[in-house]
Amino acid sequence: MSNIKLAFDKVKTEGHKAFIPFITAGDPHIQATEEFIYALEKAGSTIIELGVPFSDPVADGPIIQEANLRAMANGIHIHKIFEMIQRVRKNTQIPLVYLMYANTIHYYGIQCFFEKCKEVGVDGVIVPDVPIEEKEEFDRYARENGVDFIALVAPTSKERTKEICEKASGFLYCVSSLGVTGTRESIQTNLVEMFSEIKKYTQIPTALGFGISNPDQAAEVKDFADGIIVGSAMVKIIERYGEESAEPLMEFAKGFVEVL
Amino acid sequence: MNQKGRFGIHGGQYIPETLMNAVVELEKAYAFYKNDSDFQEELKELFKEYTGRPSLLYYAEKMTKDLGGAKIYLKREDLNHTGSHKINNVLGQLLLAKRMGKTRIIAETGAGQHGVATATAAALMGMECEVYMGEEDTIRQALNVYRMELLGAKVHAVKTGTRTLKDAVNAALQDWTRTVENTFYCIGSVMGPHPYPEMVRDFQRVIGKEIKVQILEKEGKLPDIVMACVGGGSNAMGAFYDFIPDTEVKLVGVEAAGLGVDTPQNAATIAAGKEGIFHGMKSYFLQSDDGSIAPVYSISAGLDYPGIGPEHAYLHDTKRAEYVPITDEEAVVAFEYLSRTEGIIPAIESAHAVAYAMKIAGKMEQDQVIVVNLSGRGDKDVAAIARYKGVNLHE
Repeated sequence: MSNIKLAFDKVKTEGHKAFIPFITAGDPHIQATEEFIYALEKAGSTIIELGVPFSDPVADGPIIQEANLRAMANGIHIHKIFEMIQRVRKNTQIPLVYLMYANTIHYYGIQCFFEKCKEVGVDGVIVPDVPIEEKEEFDRYARENGVDFIALVAPTSKERTKEICEKASGFLYCVSSLGVTGTRESIQTNLVEMFSEIKKYTQIPTALGFGISNPDQAAEVKDFADGIIVGSAMVKIIERYGEESAEPLMEFAKGFVEVL
Repeated sequence: MNQKGRFGIHGGQYIPETLMNAVVELEKAYAFYKNDSDFQEELKELFKEYTGRPSLLYYAEKMTKDLGGAKIYLKREDLNHTGSHKINNVLGQLLLAKRMGKTRIIAETGAGQHGVATATAAALMGMECEVYMGEEDTIRQALNVYRMELLGAKVHAVKTGTRTLKDAVNAALQDWTRTVENTFYCIGSVMGPHPYPEMVRDFQRVIGKEIKVQILEKEGKLPDIVMACVGGGSNAMGAFYDFIPDTEVKLVGVEAAGLGVDTPQNAATIAAGKEGIFHGMKSYFLQSDDGSIAPVYSISAGLDYPGIGPEHAYLHDTKRAEYVPITDEEAVVAFEYLSRTEGIIPAIESAHAVAYAMKIAGKMEQDQVIVVNLSGRGDKDVAAIARYKGVNLHE
């Protein structure tokens, strides 16, 4: 069984929800990312999502775009991220998931990429520019290597929800709002409707993301899903504290873990 | 691999889930209206009465004599309303948007030609229009910004990345993920996710269809070469498409080599790019060594794009078309040459195709025929070329 599934099972048994923070790998540099992972684990995170920087992150809002630029300015490269994970794996087995764009995988070589994920211990991959129509090109190698290719479902998915759910693995990334990633005042989507549709087709764990920026918001929506993803709000901390972010990230993450 | 919307291995639908339903909806609407006689009649009427089609196929006699080889014909897309081929596609897409009940139109633009065409058609059809344009391009093409505003469009200067066409597409895609419920994204070239490459080609196909009829009338035979400049590649695809089965007709796409294909300052995707996935499609892209999209450069804002439409990638793979690079300098020489020789100021984009004709016409026989697709007029470029030549203008 996948590490991701086990992690969700564990929090479920304990009677709470999964907390999945996102940070951009290499922001501000790769050694810092390693420390941040440990800090986030210590705070009680269930899974950690690592953004792989790309020149044109079209699904991301300005906060994560800026993080990509900071990381790229410091010469971040997918090879360096894999090496960092190899080091991390000596210290922790917390599930790690990449969020990245299709071209980075394609450029690396799709088969080689998923073999490398298996070798170093990347448990899952989220690729926002690969919808179900194009999934198989990637997923066949992900499956072969025991890596979860994590699907996204959006408020606009409607009748597509069934097929997405049936083909999902690891967990289902439920996009709370239209638009790109980023903090929002409130979530406008009809979550009741969205989740009742999802629950019709799958038992796979669900995680809700896009726009959740503080523990109060998380507490409000936590009952819909099995977990909560927080991205831009974490990255904002790194934007402010730079390589000194381990402590503030941990404190911020604890706030979420408490309410979940 | 999903076979929908593929040209060989290229094409596909690599876009966020949030947009997929809109793209599928568009796919269905287009599949219906492409065979709907009312729709096609209305478009034909607009082409004739509003755009001024068919555009002329002009025999460039002085240029032919001067170069001393093949006969050169210019397909005068520059004479279309709004000054380029872009209006063909825009009228098709906006007519479709209207049928689909969309009230708001967004577009990206490089040189501003597509933005101006979109703003124009939106004004005509009474729709709200917002155009994304790289900040760098708003400076290079300031006149077109004002033109779009005059037509009632709102222009957003995009300040991310290289601040050019690629970034304008990113921003338009991001707008669309927010506003997908009421908004139609009018893509300006044969790129993006399926069905755009096919649909835009179909709307531009009129160029090649007309060339065929006109050249048969004038020369009694098909041309030896049809050539056109290629950024995303819509004017080239439109000019090429009806000639694809005529294998004796050579098809040549002219890419922007900027300062040279051996420098990083170019936008020649076929010459210097690799297979990749970006902006909804698999095709060739200029990339850096970590699989990021490389910053590109060309004097021409309209060709300053790191990718090429997937059908061109396929024509290249199958060797049905040939793609050649032309530098900034060669394009500027052609810009001035055509102005002085024929009294026609070409768009700096189209000047790339003219430059390649100048390179090869003299080496061809006098009974051979070249058709150059003159995709747009150069009024918009006059100030930029003056700057390039070091001339100070006070407008």
